[in-house]
Amino acid sequence: MARQPEPARSDPPSAVLSAADVTRVVDRMAHQLIEKCAGGGGAGDEAAGGLADLVLVGIPTRGAPLARRLAARVAAFSGSPVDVGTVDITLYRDDLRLRGVRALEETVLPEDGIDGRLVVLVDDVLYSGRSVRAALDALRDLGRPRAVQLAVLVDRGHRELPIRADYVGKNLPTARSQSVRVRLAETDGVDEVLVTEGEDR
Amino acid sequence: MSVLITGARPYGETAADILVEDGRIAAIGESLPVPGADVVDAAGLVALPGLVDLHTHLREPGREDAETVETGSRAAALGGYTAVHAMANTDPVADTAGVVEQVWRLGQQAGLVDVVPVGAVTVGLAGERLAELGAMADSAARVRVFSDDGHCVADPALMRRALEYVKALDGVVAQHAEEPRLTVGAQMHEGDRSARLGLTGWPAAAEEAIIARDVLLADHVGARLHVCHVSTAGSVEILRWAKSRGVQVTAEVTPHHLLLTDECAEGYDPVFKVNPPLRTDPDVQAVRVGLAEGVIDAVATDHAPHAVEDKETEWASARPGMLGLEQALSVVVATMVETGLLDWRGVADRMSARPAAIGRLDGHGRPLAPGEPANLLLLDPGARAVVDPAALASRSRNSPYAGRELPGRVVATYLRGVPTVLDGKAQR
Amino acid sequence: MKRHLLEAADLDRADATLVLDTAAQIDQALAGREVKKLPTLRGRTVVNLFYEDSTRTRISFELAAKRLSADVLNFSAKGSSVSKGESLKDTALTLEAMGSDAIVVRHSASGAPHRLANWVRGSVVNAGDGTHEHPTQALLDAYTIRHRLGRLEGVRVAVVGDVLHSRVARSNVRLLHTLGAEVTLVAPPTLLPVGVGSWPAEVSYDLDAVLPKADVVMMLRVQAERMNASYFPSAREYSRRYGLDARRVGALGDDAIVMHPGPMIRGMEIAAEVADSVRSTIVEQVGNGVSVRMAVLYLLLGGAPQ
Repeated sequence: MARQPEPARSDPPSAVLSAADVTRVVDRMAHQLIEKCAGGGGAGDEAAGGLADLVLVGIPTRGAPLARRLAARVAAFSGSPVDVGTVDITLYRDDLRLRGVRALEETVLPEDGIDGRLVVLVDDVLYSGRSVRAALDALRDLGRPRAVQLAVLVDRGHRELPIRADYVGKNLPTARSQSVRVRLAETDGVDEVLVTEGEDR
Repeated sequence: MSVLITGARPYGETAADILVEDGRIAAIGESLPVPGADVVDAAGLVALPGLVDLHTHLREPGREDAETVETGSRAAALGGYTAVHAMANTDPVADTAGVVEQVWRLGQQAGLVDVVPVGAVTVGLAGERLAELGAMADSAARVRVFSDDGHCVADPALMRRALEYVKALDGVVAQHAEEPRLTVGAQMHEGDRSARLGLTGWPAAAEEAIIARDVLLADHVGARLHVCHVSTAGSVEILRWAKSRGVQVTAEVTPHHLLLTDECAEGYDPVFKVNPPLRTDPDVQAVRVGLAEGVIDAVATDHAPHAVEDKETEWASARPGMLGLEQALSVVVATMVETGLLDWRGVADRMSARPAAIGRLDGHGRPLAPGEPANLLLLDPGARAVVDPAALASRSRNSPYAGRELPGRVVATYLRGVPTVLDGKAQR
Repeated sequence: MKRHLLEAADLDRADATLVLDTAAQIDQALAGREVKKLPTLRGRTVVNLFYEDSTRTRISFELAAKRLSADVLNFSAKGSSVSKGESLKDTALTLEAMGSDAIVVRHSASGAPHRLANWVRGSVVNAGDGTHEHPTQALLDAYTIRHRLGRLEGVRVAVVGDVLHSRVARSNVRLLHTLGAEVTLVAPPTLLPVGVGSWPAEVSYDLDAVLPKADVVMMLRVQAERMNASYFPSAREYSRRYGLDARRVGALGDDAIVMHPGPMIRGMEIAAEVADSVRSTIVEQVGNGVSVRMAVLYLLLGGAPQ
């Protein structure tokens, strides 16, 4: 089979979400959270404790500021404050041998913990599902939530585990050969989501 | 049978032919016509008198797994030696006429170098009472050098008696200068590195204190003293002072103390563990100058083979000592000749003439001249090679020069006219 | 990070800080948890190879490895083939053949871990070698100081006692210097090595002159048998000149802390009321030891460095 010549790499990577898009997407996710947890959507269980029951737990690096933004927007729209935390999954990863050690990040949970509460894990990109699996393992050691849900800014497909997100900012069909980069003002100085050719991570 | 060595440069000087007949040098001159002689082309090679080592450990009897008289003799011949003094710390110790004669006979059988036994000063090297020095001197081995090497004759009264007693034998006491109370558990030179590496220090003063004491004793009783493996700048100073006072003292330095420093201990590889220990760079410079001036009389190898299990271990558990016979001349070329401190006549003096005189050896250490015994070596001074321990003739592998490039290759060695080494290969 | 931790000099400032930060994160991640176990090193094997009795160091490493879910083998020289004369090298090759990923070694010979590192493919962690070094002790000491005082840069540490024979002192001098602290060694001249002048530390023979300026006083163990070798005349005289009693503690600044690597000899080098005071970090050091050793094992064994 003849190989296609590589396309010229002169184009800068295209932003699939701009700063304004990111803000809009986060707002929409906040509304969805309010609706499901407090809005009496009829779903029963999810609304059991209302927003007071909710804990948004970010997965570092970028899941952490994302969780804080979501919490702020939920509080702004609903008028009630929301607990937020982070859970570092580094020590729970199953790919240390492949990817080597990295610096640990903070694990911070609300004072009264997560027992009996609704934990929504927050991450920037959902891809293989392995980070979420590691986060679920970490949560298991940290307490016993009533339920755990997942919110991601971008779902790019290619799952390797039976994991799906409950809240998705944007579905972004990609090839494995591509990489998706989420940049946030808190960590990268700017809000945007880029798709580039070539695997990295 | 006669051999004509053509084009060699005696003492690195003008090229000449050397005719060897009946174990002696028959003639030296330009274009000697000798029909019927074997001709050895030695163009470009330096001819030197066969080397004499005052300090070799051959390990036989007792540790034939580390070295034998035969394997050590082969290593010596390959290093350009025609005579070696075999140290007394064998098992059993060479403290009787029986043991020294056994070692001497093993040397004769090997036939590669003249093996000259050293007799122990004290029974069992225990430092308590004199061994039968006279019996060893009168034996077939004709012992003239007495040493407890590995141990210091620390008791000053006993040392005095030994110095006095050997006067009657035309002998010399070769002292391993190490004050034992100052070196309990000592592992390496005491200084900045030992402090950091956490290895118990071997202070320079422990060597210098014994040398100072012994030169005073030798002066007092009018005896000959030889100091083994001088390693410190302070020792050179004391020797210089003693010689200026006319004390009958001679001294030797090892190749490793001319080249290596305590920096070698950094990785804790016990191949660099030796007694006395490797010292500092100023010490290395001082022993080189001492050797150049003649304050230090001789280079002696302290060739100390050790089996693998005695070296592939923790530093503290390892036996001290390192190989030397096969690289000694190369190290001297690197440290003394290439630095301009000694010329080839100086090398011949410090590695052949003076050690032979100290050991009272007949027929060794003689000049390259007609009528003299044909004990000589041919050296390619320009050859450089990386030392490979696996290629050594010694039965052991504990060479501190492994992986190091050194100059000078011994091409041939002749013992009384018989080639023991030709083309860099041992002949038996 | 290098593959092995043989001495404090193996850590540059960035590495040392990474170890301390990682230990702090681990501490925080495990704080208040019921399940004090992480799956990080599941399937890895850590061997504790101890040629010297040291229960406290061994169990600290054992707990650290177990909390990271590694399999732990304890191999002590007593009752094994080692006591029948097996060489360190043969033992190392045997452990390697059994699939060990890391060897934590305690040995009476200085440099034994360096030798071991030549013979095995896995990581080697020095848990104390002769009178050379004990780098994880220094790391836990640095961690404890940082935790108590909030910093290491510019902190003035007095290390008091038998420096000559102390692997803890050697590791601490090097590591604390790397991390920006200022070390003063205080001991009688007999218990300081020749060559101490080349260390990155001040030297004093006078404890009373040093104490008012110290933020940290680290007391070293002094073995009573040293006086038989004339390192000092008697325990009483040593204690009078170099022991830390309540009077001397009174000379310390308000926030200064007192450390001891343990096991301590109450009375001679440190008075009981000092060891038990709020300034003392002695118990805290033990707990911090586990976190720091977890961090070291994680960073050495976690995988190939990025």
